[in-house]
Amino acid sequence: MSKVIISLGNDISTDDIYPGRFMATVLPTETPQFAFFDRTEFNAKLKAKAFPAGSIIIGGENFGCGSSREQAASTLKGYDLVVVARSVARIFLQNSINLGLQVVICPALEASEGDELEITATQVLNHTTGKTFEQVQLPASRKGIMAAGGLIPYTRAKLMARA
Amino acid sequence: MGMTVVEKILARAAGLPSVKAGDVVEPRVDLAMSHENAALVINQHREVFEGTGLAPKVWDPSRIAIIFDHRVPAESPKTATNQKKIREFVAANGITKFHDVRGDVGGICHQILPEYGYVRPGSVVVGTDSHTTSHGALGAFAFGIGATEMASVWALGIAVNIEVPATIKVVVNGEFPPMVGAKDLILHVIGKLTAQGANYKVLEYHGGTIQRMSTSGRLAICNMSVEAGATSGIVPGDAETLRYLHEEAGVTETITTVAPDPDAAYVQTLEIDVSSLAPQIACPHMVDNVKPVDQVAGTKVQQIVIGSCTNGRLDDLAIAADMLRGKKVAEGTRMLVFPASSRIFAKALDKGYVHDLMKAGAVVMNSGCGPCLGVHEGALGDHEVALSTTNRNFKGRMGNPTGEVYLCSPAVAAASALTGVITDPRK
Ligand code: SF4
Repeated sequence: MSKVIISLGNDISTDDIYPGRFMATVLPTETPQFAFFDRTEFNAKLKAKAFPAGSIIIGGENFGCGSSREQAASTLKGYDLVVVARSVARIFLQNSINLGLQVVICPALEASEGDELEITATQVLNHTTGKTFEQVQLPASRKGIMAAGGLIPYTRAKLMARA
Repeated sequence: MGMTVVEKILARAAGLPSVKAGDVVEPRVDLAMSHENAALVINQHREVFEGTGLAPKVWDPSRIAIIFDHRVPAESPKTATNQKKIREFVAANGITKFHDVRGDVGGICHQILPEYGYVRPGSVVVGTDSHTTSHGALGAFAFGIGATEMASVWALGIAVNIEVPATIKVVVNGEFPPMVGAKDLILHVIGKLTAQGANYKVLEYHGGTIQRMSTSGRLAICNMSVEAGATSGIVPGDAETLRYLHEEAGVTETITTVAPDPDAAYVQTLEIDVSSLAPQIACPHMVDNVKPVDQVAGTKVQQIVIGSCTNGRLDDLAIAADMLRGKKVAEGTRMLVFPASSRIFAKALDKGYVHDLMKAGAVVMNSGCGPCLGVHEGALGDHEVALSTTNRNFKGRMGNPTGEVYLCSPAVAAASALTGVITDPRK
């Protein structure tokens, strides 16, 4: 069970998650400091390590829309956060899968900051409200990348199979 | 059942007789484009080879394009060092489609690729930039990917686990009224579809308006298709595509185009008549918050921007120059113009546009992304308002989270530069 640390609205862009002015920073070890940088208080709490691994960010529809910047996924992965959203933009979802950031799509989701959620293989249980929500399953192909531990090991295996 | 254009392209690229929406394929990649974020791709690519005993190498250096555009010339030692590292990688790997910080061959990636004939109808183009959708203007299936995915492409030459997207058919007919054009059309489409209305889908453009439209206009439309969430926008290759590639991009070899089957399956059809379309504005802070210009006319603006991969081409600069010639940018408003490529800049010089714009008070900047993403030049002050021909107006996009960005066509931007408030160019 994990706590919702922030509940965001629809169309949260990658500019919001990771502002463009920090794009020269690319190393996954360095990107986390800029997560939600312009949400000053939240950024400060993240940096102060106020949230345990597995803590949950709630997004509405179209979470991660906009730029393809991979930093938007690595910055959240750096804190081992989990994203649960009603729907997720394509490139952000793919980047997350590639980097091993857990993203759960849950179209009917209702959850507020402070709620305790349990994420099973197929559902999200909101223990605070007592409600249960169905997940949209990722296509099998994407699950393959996740099972391999991300796109780098997945590609490495393909490369070795060719050699 | 017939295939859409993208289904045909993917079937061919994956070596299959046919594919349909929802299938998972691994198409070979014809062109793989990156900009400064190649710095991250290089790291990830090296990591792919770790522990394999194989030397890290790219599958085909002739199919990789790297263009410096996001922060040129470098705004910080960090960017300069990233660029240096990329230059070394380019040299070591024999990558020839490389466009450095230069006044002759430089420019924004989404202008350079078409301009140099790197994109062909029917090809599969991936880029580490969401506006890679632009290249659908030449009949290619072009989409944005992340840096790690690009590292995988560099290693394997294929895009792994691509789900064949479903296609929305957009049929556009009618003549544009004066002062209305491709940018207004795509803003209107985004307003109709919403910012996620085309998520995971392709927008395939048809109709008389599209057939008559120049490649420049098609680039603007496909560029912004991603703002409706689309994986890709595409105009099936036609006579205009061939004209552009042969006459403007200097391609000499024979080019074949790919058309959809007449009985292709579309998930949705959108019909649009542009003959009574008004100039459109996307209001802060969402690209789908689209209104006709008269609803926001009179809004005071401190910064006007004309440029970007959406509207920084010669015809866009011509509109601005024609409207500003012999006049002055309003006091209290600054106007920044950044041509999409050095070639366009040079042509604008030859035609006198640069002179016209500068005399009117505009600052003409070097080719590149400039103020579009607000990391380099042209940031907004606190609570300032910008009116821009770029493609995104998310909070913070022009470098300041308290700023506001309105998006519009070059005609609206130029008319508003003269008045200092959002202005209907038809008046
Ligand atoms: S001009 Fe703007 S939208 Fe286009 S590639 Fe550059 S930053 Fe991206």
